[in-house]
Amino acid sequence: MNLKLAWRNLWRNKRRTLITVASIFFGVLLSTFMTSMQEGTYSRMIDNVVGFYSGYVQVHAPDYWANKTIEYTLPVNDSLLKAIGNTPDVKTVVPRLESYALLSFQDNTKGAALLGIDPEKENQMTNLAHWIDRGSYLQNGDDGALLAFNLARNLGVEVGDTLVVISQGFHGASAAALLPVRGILKFPAPTMNNLGAYIDLNAAQDFFSVPDRCTSIVLMVNGYSRVDQVKSRLVAKFGNRYEIMTWDEMDPLTKNMIDADRSGAYITKGILYALVGFGIFGTVIMMMAERRKEMGVLIAIGMQKHKLGTTLFYETLLIGLVGVIAGFAVSCPLILYLVYHPIPFTGETAKAYEQFGFEPVMYFSAKWFIFARQVLIVFILVLLVYLYPLAKTARLRLTKALRA
Amino acid sequence: MNVIEVKKLNKIYNESEVKVQALSEVDLAIEQGEFTAIVGPSGSGKTTFLNMLGGLDEPTSGEIHIGGTDIRGLSSSQLIDFRLRNIGFVFQAYNLIPVLTAKENVEFIMELQGVSKKDREARTMELLEAVGLKGRENSRPAKLSGGQQQRVAVARALASKPKFVLADEPTANLDSKSTENLLELMEELNRKENVTFIFSTHDQRVVNKARRVITLEDGKIIRDIRKNHTI
Repeated sequence: MNLKLAWRNLWRNKRRTLITVASIFFGVLLSTFMTSMQEGTYSRMIDNVVGFYSGYVQVHAPDYWANKTIEYTLPVNDSLLKAIGNTPDVKTVVPRLESYALLSFQDNTKGAALLGIDPEKENQMTNLAHWIDRGSYLQNGDDGALLAFNLARNLGVEVGDTLVVISQGFHGASAAALLPVRGILKFPAPTMNNLGAYIDLNAAQDFFSVPDRCTSIVLMVNGYSRVDQVKSRLVAKFGNRYEIMTWDEMDPLTKNMIDADRSGAYITKGILYALVGFGIFGTVIMMMAERRKEMGVLIAIGMQKHKLGTTLFYETLLIGLVGVIAGFAVSCPLILYLVYHPIPFTGETAKAYEQFGFEPVMYFSAKWFIFARQVLIVFILVLLVYLYPLAKTARLRLTKALRA
Repeated sequence: MNVIEVKKLNKIYNESEVKVQALSEVDLAIEQGEFTAIVGPSGSGKTTFLNMLGGLDEPTSGEIHIGGTDIRGLSSSQLIDFRLRNIGFVFQAYNLIPVLTAKENVEFIMELQGVSKKDREARTMELLEAVGLKGRENSRPAKLSGGQQQRVAVARALASKPKFVLADEPTANLDSKSTENLLELMEELNRKENVTFIFSTHDQRVVNKARRVITLEDGKIIRDIRKNHTI
């Protein structure tokens, strides 16, 4: 009966209830849309960082990350790769040898990263071959190079041209080679297009005079949420022998940017939900004022105050619930559509995005917590608003209420 | 057997600077099956007295025993439960729950009492038939006339099988025909089912039907007349 009473009470003043429901509806819709867009964008940024390059976790020689030179390599063999690969939640293990070199073609010389990769494993992990714009992907044992799009453009090279590469190898050994260009890579993430040149791992080890050694072992794990667990397991397994870093430790800029953006969005959403909360509160105040006498009668005829409080709680909760359901009815299909049809930016906006190193596409996410969070926020608002009728009911003076 | 016993009942309101003595040293005993009207001019203390008898307000001093229970010793929650099981209320403005039908309004009290669905449905239909509203059980109060609403209120008051029914100016908002019908109904219920009715009223028609008339003035009982003898 409590629930029936609450539901019917809700529709005593249809217009007012609908206005309140509409405020929750718009709050939920805007908030889910905004959160979905943010999470989609963050997820894409992380995927770009992780999936295209860094992986979720990397294993290095101690102090490699602070110095990033060829002097800090670690010996790599099958047993080490197997030991890392056997760690629970580790999906793929890819060795790399990374350093810097001068790349020259005709009159153009550019400094860039020179990445020694295992072409097959690297492709399994980062899907590198997919981003070939011109030419072909590297074969295992290949003596050629793949160049990132902007680097190739700045050097003025094309597929089939040969680059002169000069660098410093292990213990100051001079490193020089001629590298025919096998292909040009064009990534969706603009920063990746400036990165450098990819060569076969063995060729890189020869070039830098570090046979059987790597600068990093890159790991993909079973999802973002497993990263910290995998790191802990690897630390437990290898102790201080290796430097083990997660993607956000290697790329704090992206992490900080996401955190800062999230904080800004919390303020916006906080204001949005404060307005929604005051909307519900206003309705509840009016409901209480209008029905003071009726509440007095209910208590007079034998309804305990806590039962009356329960009915009022149901009323407040139902307003929130109807608003959330209405909001989800629109936001769920809209967001699901946008997940599969992200919005591309064009013109100046696209250029601005690219200048800042972002993909000029607005991605969306349909992760469960985006929706669950709205339910939780509205529920908390309802609980806060409910304090008012709760206090009013507890303090209700029967004779005064009956005279109201 | 006395259903209600009141001893030296006083009520003083301190709401403003001036103290108002609403009831003064009131003594009263009401027996099971009485049909009693409490009359008096406005401000004489009728409603205050009824509120005290119904446990809706606390006396400043004195005792109120209902069915042998001193209701002054009950906590707020116990008092609500006591009212639910012992007292029926009929209000001047009917005060039905507007979102519930006639049937649901009557059933509501029994649901609060924890009566099973089957039993409360049976009793609701029995009561609605008794008050002449069979066929209107699914109407909401707004669809009923004032007289019909007050009949539902009487059915609601009786639903809990109370020791007595308190009716505060029950005919004040009714036309003469509805008043007559309501009084006949309550008289019949009183006669057939021995339900104790206590009214506060200005209405001479109610006074005429009452078998006992208590007159209050300035918070004191100045007359207590039983139709066959005067105290």
